[in-house]
Amino acid sequence: MGEKDKLTRFEEAILPHMDAAYNIARWLTRNERDAEDMVQESYLRAFKFFDAFTGVNARAWLLTIVRNTCYTWLQQNRGRELMTEFDEKIHSEQNEAWDPAAQAAKEIDGRMLTQAIEALPAEYREAVVLRDLEGLSYKEIAEVAAVPVGTVMSRLARARARLKRLLTERLKEKA
Amino acid sequence: MNCEAAQNLLDAYLDGELDPPGRLEIERHMQDCGLCAHGYEERRALQRAVGGSGLRYKAPAELQQKIRFALRREANAEKPSRTVPRRWFAAAASVAIAALALLVVLPFMRGRAGDDLVAREVLAGHVRSLMANHLADVPSSDKHTVKPWFNGKLDFSPPVEDFAAQGFPLIGGRLDYIDNRPVAALVYQRRKHFINVFVWPASSDKQSPATIIERQGYDLFHWTKGGMNYWVVSDLEQNDLRNFVDMLQTEAAAVKS
Repeated sequence: MGEKDKLTRFEEAILPHMDAAYNIARWLTRNERDAEDMVQESYLRAFKFFDAFTGVNARAWLLTIVRNTCYTWLQQNRGRELMTEFDEKIHSEQNEAWDPAAQAAKEIDGRMLTQAIEALPAEYREAVVLRDLEGLSYKEIAEVAAVPVGTVMSRLARARARLKRLLTERLKEKA
Repeated sequence: MNCEAAQNLLDAYLDGELDPPGRLEIERHMQDCGLCAHGYEERRALQRAVGGSGLRYKAPAELQQKIRFALRREANAEKPSRTVPRRWFAAAASVAIAALALLVVLPFMRGRAGDDLVAREVLAGHVRSLMANHLADVPSSDKHTVKPWFNGKLDFSPPVEDFAAQGFPLIGGRLDYIDNRPVAALVYQRRKHFINVFVWPASSDKQSPATIIERQGYDLFHWTKGGMNYWVVSDLEQNDLRNFVDMLQTEAAAVKS
């Protein structure tokens, strides 16, 4: 009985967040097959440790596990991608005339954006994905990534500055 | 607020993460500073482009199925005792099916030899265990796991031996229903063939030697020894099965004495 309850409770609380789990795993691994493996492994780990779940924020709790699972995998498979904190210039550069309204709407397509986001270091990539695709708050992202809120803020700022630079470069190449 | 401070806060402002005084300050600054206002517009456009380009991946339906299945398996594995009710349900279901079959078959069977009826049930039990993919309630090659499993489920303790060394590994055990009573079914494997051994207490101490019945391509051996009825059924080659029967008779005798 108890075990059945656990499975039912788990399915009700955690299964609805599978898209979010897959999305972050897919962006971190950058391919479908590994993303699926990460999500499945994460779900089994989550189930195993479900008793430790406080019941407050199921999505953040699951995404923390997915993130950790992916990072373990990244360390084993793509060691170089991690720990690439760099000092991206956040400040707007006046000479780069990036007309956001026109260019974002017309020229920047999904593929270009995907390539640009995938080119970001994992820590920046996950910040952008969790914030702009999953709509997590800074506090939630801080919980998932196990860093202070201030770090989330600076990572996001740097990630966006770099995205802007990458996209500007692409647009120039295209022109 | 100067430009440097404002630039550092633009993303947080965009994300609605600033407190009300911080918001006011940066809005006031942007009214006076075109550069920062432009920087904000850029960020906003980028965020819209990222959020509005269908970049969010969705979990494939097969993955959902796979994970649900894996979770179920995990839940069952975590506490094996918890699954006993399900096994009992399966056992009860097979009892019900057997009972129903008996009700249908019995009127036609009257007057026939008892062994013939039992042979039909044994064969049906064998086929059912293969068809329903339900060979064992307790899948184990360890006789010290299989034998105690029957405790409390049967009013007798069947002799359980492993013949892996002789090429007939024990696969597991399950409950079945033969001759109007719950019986022990022990499952052995010989290459790709399965052997069901049904055991239950005999009504008398009378011994009887192994007799063979051939039916529908299956061979059935049965004998009575040490107060137990044995029925062995398989599609295995007859001589091979006879070797197995010989081993079983020898071992069972050794266990008994």
